[in-house]
Amino acid sequence: MERDDLIEYSLHTHHSEEKGKEIRKKIIFVTVLLTAVTILEVGLGAFIKQSNAIWPFVKWSFVILTLFKAGYIVMVFMHLGDERKWMRYVILLPYFIFVLYLIFIALWEGLAVGQAWETYGF
Amino acid sequence: MAGHVAELDSKTLWGGKESPFSTSYGKLMMWFFLVSDALTFTGLLIAYGFTRHDVQDAWPIGEETFNSMPFLGHGYPLLYVALMTFILIVSSVTMVLAVEAGHRMDRKGVVKWMIATIIGGFFFLGSQAWEWSHFIHGSEFGKIELADGSQAIVKGHFGEINNFKVTIAGSEHKKGDVIKEDLLHTFHHAAVLGHIENGMIKLHDGSIAKINKQDDHDMVLIVKKAGKNHILNARIEGKEAEKMYYESLYSGIANKVVYGADLKDNEYGPQQYGQFFFFITGFHGFHVFSGVIINIIILLGVVAGTYHKRGHYEMVEKTGLYWHFVDLVWVFVFTFFYLI
Repeated sequence: MERDDLIEYSLHTHHSEEKGKEIRKKIIFVTVLLTAVTILEVGLGAFIKQSNAIWPFVKWSFVILTLFKAGYIVMVFMHLGDERKWMRYVILLPYFIFVLYLIFIALWEGLAVGQAWETYGF
Repeated sequence: MAGHVAELDSKTLWGGKESPFSTSYGKLMMWFFLVSDALTFTGLLIAYGFTRHDVQDAWPIGEETFNSMPFLGHGYPLLYVALMTFILIVSSVTMVLAVEAGHRMDRKGVVKWMIATIIGGFFFLGSQAWEWSHFIHGSEFGKIELADGSQAIVKGHFGEINNFKVTIAGSEHKKGDVIKEDLLHTFHHAAVLGHIENGMIKLHDGSIAKINKQDDHDMVLIVKKAGKNHILNARIEGKEAEKMYYESLYSGIANKVVYGADLKDNEYGPQQYGQFFFFITGFHGFHVFSGVIINIIILLGVVAGTYHKRGHYEMVEKTGLYWHFVDLVWVFVFTFFYLI
């Protein structure tokens, strides 16, 4: 059955020249930001050895900087920030629920496996 | 039943009409696919973390393993991977510019930026090929098993091999022959087989030759598996390191040294390290490769004017989503595989 009442959303995403200029500015800003963060990470990784006392701090800052970069890629480059609120949640919530569960279970089981190694040896 | 359905028209049937997300079907499905793909990569990285905590041998450190640059040699920790990350970020930017041009119905702009994206993708794939090749072939020193059973990776400058001088003739070489070709490869091969004893190498034709080799410099042994005399991560430097290294390498016993990596063993760390390296970066590389292919197909559609006639460039947006996802995964691989 041919439907003539459906909305063609693909046609609603066009924008004007001025809006395009604005968007390109934002893209350049995010590019510079992502590059700067990557340079910072490599600098930290090259100069601070894992035996250094502040390594745990550096390690966690790597994780935070990575999530920061990921946030910009998903929200700006992938335009998820421009989508409707509930679409964002539908994409992000199931993912985070599963991932947090997986991290929890991996750490918990990892502990048990580690103890088994210690008790019974290789 | 079928008759009743046929009588209903679209006015009585609700049938959706409006999307609660004001998004087209295709884009939403691309997002759902990306979520499931993201879960796959997350599973791999979490398995990597689990194994890393579980394996008692010391896990290799990114800056110790990946410190080479093409044409420049060793001593550039993480620079090459950073370059790869930068290439991928830039190609992600050109992709988002292609999508933006599509929203203005600027066909030339879309073509230009998509070509740039595809070139970036090929650059990344080439870089990865170089890195894999480097990882598989390994360093000049390899990983050595010391006399007390501990295992150590080796850093420093490997003195060049000048030649092999035959002292006992075999089926091919006569006494007094000087061999000058394929030296390092022959040397590595013989070392693994245990065919080097006290500076004398046994060649494949059965002849025995003297190794003329320049001195090594700044050698450091880093213990990655504890033995009787050395604890984990102990560093042995200078003359003592050289003495221990060559005691093992020239012992005439097979399998004291490992060069490079395969699926069974690698010179960088535990067996699982090599397996995770090949699987995670390989799976990501496969995504990049398919992304480049999909981009090329869409580019052909853009050049042919298919999307212009359709009135929108949503196909570019959809392939863009996939391409950004590949970049997103690399950001995580970069952190968890190379930095931490």
